[in-house]
Amino acid sequence: MTPLFDPQLPANALLPLLVLASSLVPGMIIFFLAEERVRLRTVLNLGGALMKLALVGFMLWGSYQGQRFEARLPLLEGLDLVLRVGALSLLFLALSAGLWFLTTIYAIGYLEGAPHRSRFFGFFSLCVTATVGVAMSGNLLTFVLFFELLTLTTYPLVVHRGTEAARQAGQVYLAHTVLAGSLLLAGTVWLYTLTGTLGFVPRGFVAEVAETHPGALRAIFALLIAGVGVKAALVPLHSWLPRAMVAPAPVSALLHAVAVVKAGAFGIVLIVYDVFGVEQAAELGVTGPLAAVAAVTIIYGSLRALFQDDLKRRLAFSTVSQVSYIVLGVAIVGPLASVGGIVHLVHQGLMKITLFFCAGNLAETLGIHKVSEMRGVGRRMPWTMAAFTIGALGMIGVPPLAGFITKWYLSLGALEAGVHWPLYVLMASSLLNAAYFLPILHAAWFAEPDPAPTHAAAADGHAAPSRAHAGWLLLLPPLTTAALSVLIGLFASLPFSPLEWSLLIAEREFEYPEARADVPLRPGAGSDD
Amino acid sequence: MSQPVFWALVGMALVTLGLYALIVHAHLLRKVLALNIISSGVFLVFIGLARRAPEAGAALPMEPDPVPQAMVLTGIVVAVAATGLALALIVRLRAVTGRTTLGDDTDD
Amino acid sequence: MPSFPGGMEWTLASVFVPLTGALLCFLLPRRAPLLGRLTALLTVAAVLGLLLTVLAEGTQQTALGGWPAPLGILWRADGLSVALMAMTALVGLGVSVYAHAYFRDKHTEGAFFWPLWLMLWTALDALFLSRDLFNLYVTLELVGFAAASLTALDGSAAALRGAIRYLLISMLGSLSYLLGVALIYHACGSVDIVLVAERIGTAPDLVVAVALGTMTAGLVLKTALFPLHFWLPPAHGSAPAPVSAVLSALVVKASFYLLLRLWLEVFDGGGPWLAEFLGVLGAVAVVWGSVAALRQARLKLLMAYSTVAQIGYFFMAFPLAAVGGGAVWAGALYLVLAHGLAKAAMFLSVGSVLRFARHDRIDELDRIVHRLPLTLTAFALAGVSIMGLPPSGGFIGKWLMLEAAFRQGRYGFVAVILLGGVLAAAYVFRVVGHAFTPTARAQRAREVPAAMEWSALLLALAAILLGLLPPLVLPLLEIGQVAVVSGVAAPAGSG
Repeated sequence: MTPLFDPQLPANALLPLLVLASSLVPGMIIFFLAEERVRLRTVLNLGGALMKLALVGFMLWGSYQGQRFEARLPLLEGLDLVLRVGALSLLFLALSAGLWFLTTIYAIGYLEGAPHRSRFFGFFSLCVTATVGVAMSGNLLTFVLFFELLTLTTYPLVVHRGTEAARQAGQVYLAHTVLAGSLLLAGTVWLYTLTGTLGFVPRGFVAEVAETHPGALRAIFALLIAGVGVKAALVPLHSWLPRAMVAPAPVSALLHAVAVVKAGAFGIVLIVYDVFGVEQAAELGVTGPLAAVAAVTIIYGSLRALFQDDLKRRLAFSTVSQVSYIVLGVAIVGPLASVGGIVHLVHQGLMKITLFFCAGNLAETLGIHKVSEMRGVGRRMPWTMAAFTIGALGMIGVPPLAGFITKWYLSLGALEAGVHWPLYVLMASSLLNAAYFLPILHAAWFAEPDPAPTHAAAADGHAAPSRAHAGWLLLLPPLTTAALSVLIGLFASLPFSPLEWSLLIAEREFEYPEARADVPLRPGAGSDD
Repeated sequence: MSQPVFWALVGMALVTLGLYALIVHAHLLRKVLALNIISSGVFLVFIGLARRAPEAGAALPMEPDPVPQAMVLTGIVVAVAATGLALALIVRLRAVTGRTTLGDDTDD
Repeated sequence: MPSFPGGMEWTLASVFVPLTGALLCFLLPRRAPLLGRLTALLTVAAVLGLLLTVLAEGTQQTALGGWPAPLGILWRADGLSVALMAMTALVGLGVSVYAHAYFRDKHTEGAFFWPLWLMLWTALDALFLSRDLFNLYVTLELVGFAAASLTALDGSAAALRGAIRYLLISMLGSLSYLLGVALIYHACGSVDIVLVAERIGTAPDLVVAVALGTMTAGLVLKTALFPLHFWLPPAHGSAPAPVSAVLSALVVKASFYLLLRLWLEVFDGGGPWLAEFLGVLGAVAVVWGSVAALRQARLKLLMAYSTVAQIGYFFMAFPLAAVGGGAVWAGALYLVLAHGLAKAAMFLSVGSVLRFARHDRIDELDRIVHRLPLTLTAFALAGVSIMGLPPSGGFIGKWLMLEAAFRQGRYGFVAVILLGGVLAAAYVFRVVGHAFTPTARAQRAREVPAAMEWSALLLALAAILLGLLPPLVLPLLEIGQVAVVSGVAAPAGSG
């Protein structure tokens, strides 16, 4: 196979910028569109999303040809803003571009007739712009920039409904993310004063100062992880996530699967792999505590999910738990565990977005917000519940669904690394997953519906649902993601599958001498940045 | 004590007096007067200490220097303008509120 | 020979164009709005010309009337002066466009606004160009008079009180500065900054120390550093919106600029303990001002206390620069420029909100997010710069200062810099959050002219854009610095 990102070829600077522009430009135009220009807005939204998908596809293809993609803008002396597409970026890019497309379709259907859609879709597009920026960050400065941008652009979506509850959820969200942002900034600047560079490199760039400043590096690691850990909803920094559930369903989907939480998890992966280098991090002794935090988060999230009656809150705590699989995979130092963690970026995204789409459909169509109201809904909304079932089973880890692949690799990785406790964590978590999902499935498919079909929907403050069944705009996205989460589980070993990509990324991180050959592919290794 | 230092000390005394008056008096007219005394003190220091840059072999180190005199003249003009502006504002304030002190205006 | 128009012509134009405009507006009050905006445009053009000349040819010197230095007045435009003049010009253009719409139905106020505002602009440009301690005193007083008169513009009791307090404080500060000038003249026999810098090494220490003390005290008072900030919130909070914008964005910068010049070029970094003292006051100002801002019920006062907090950042540069040098000053100046643009945008937005809702109570903003979307966007974008989030001018400034603080191991300053950002986010988003929610009573609203909304938005965008321009701005700030610091009046530029 041709080497990825052949250093001989000149870098293509245009494509990363186009990827940003494909959501930024439509977003800016949408802000100025009158509320009733539905058609034009839809064209812009979907056009931008399709364009982004096509561009990401092109970059994927190009990277197999050895093409490099990099754009830089000088900012401070010796410190540029860098957009660079590496293997890990492509994985996250493909995920967010694909899911953005589906979420846009869903949001168009979901918000039909709702007020302030221009503002909503404008910020929606900006939010995705920030996410792909995070994905393509070539150094920590660029990462911080887009990470903060993500905070700012999601805030209007969280408070979109303009209720007092939404405002307070927004304040909680900001209190967490802004504090975290300042920790992240502190860590970044501190690191820069030590290393003089911030460019992401596989296996990290701190090795030279690790001897002289181990204490400072540990503190920096803690600052950086706390900074991104808020978005990744690590316990005890997670409490904003369930509260942010007041936002409309597409926003929840975006927060949980595409943008915010995912960016946090992606940030942890980047910090461990491309800033510190996982082996260096292990040497500093910081991966152990990280793994412990991940384990606590997995169990705690699952336990809390068990006791939520509100469907979206239950899903939110499930996210808290599931995202930490990624962190756990990273923190168990070993190639196979890394594969499990990285691939879960994609798997969790697909499965969780399916669940949120379905929860949105239930709320929109039948006015169901609570688990206790779901008796017999399987018969009334078979398609939605079918997708929900696949998502839930995937979360539990039933083979051959995507979630199973994750857990399989995490377990193998733990054994390979010679530690056993992650197995118990995984087992406990799977049992808890089953405990909070299976009753839902049972009630939905096998219980008799309640006599009064639409419960308390009008009292919710949201427009009383009237449709007998979700429209195709609301149905297509969850079915697609559900199908995808089956397919990537079934065909996990095909060349373009997320699993194969993750293997490739893990190889580069842990690899043997010949992989060093492609370290200089990443120009950040040199004197620049 | 040399003559310049004497005048400078008198100037400083005026500045101190003016500062004291500025702080303790509430009546705005007194505050304006206090500022005028401060400025007189500053001018006195300026003139009193003024001398040319010592030139090689100069017979009189205290040769009178016209430049600070010009500056102080300018300074007096500025001070007069400031006093005028302050008085105009005080008159307006009295017309609007009937008071000639700043009082407690934090509750607006 | 330099081309025509060259540095000298642009230098003269950037002071005399607004001066002429001010006089014309005073003489022809009915035409003032048109004349004022025209003058603003021409002044911006002059400053732009000067900026380009300085970028291309380095420092520009102009001897007024051809008189040489000791007798005549020498103006020198280096990178620092031009950067501040450019910031003034941008803010000035925005404010002029805004003010035209703002004063459209307030003819009396409008008639007084234009000459005073243009006079203020004249004085600011002259201050940034002057290199002579006494001329700096005169321009400082001119700035103070124009600013105090502008504060009193709407004639209400609150405005008059604010104006009088401001005028008294301003005079006291200027006189304290002048006392220092007198002492320096005594010690060095000159008021030209370059000559003074050469001779101050041989001057008696006591005199220099007292001069440093009185000048710093006077300028700190005028810059409203905690705890000498007490006069600022009432003055900035009671003035009409365009005036508040100018006061917060520009006027406090003038005295800070002067202090910076003195420290950099005359006193060679000042005394270490004094720098430390100023830095600690700055740190307290950041925290205290931000907390006070959070507790305000009215938008305008919130903004005013936010200014108090931001001024604190400027002073934290003094101790950091004692070790960190140029990079720290660059950071502080970046904050000064970004704050100028951002705070102007914020005050203008607040003015639009006031016009719209007839009040500025934060808890009752009543869905202005979709009733005044542009204005709220301007406010939020400017807020991003105030918070120091990337990409914005404020971020670059904070980054440079944080970097220095880390390098020097001053973790206390690190904490304050970060905490100030978090608190700023808290008060900015407190406003933005309430802009989404409806209030119990429906509120009647007045229309806001597009010019008011857009001028604020463009200023806010400029503050954001500044965050992407360090490769342009940082070299500009350095133009002319080396020659002066080394104490030799190197023949940079035409002269």
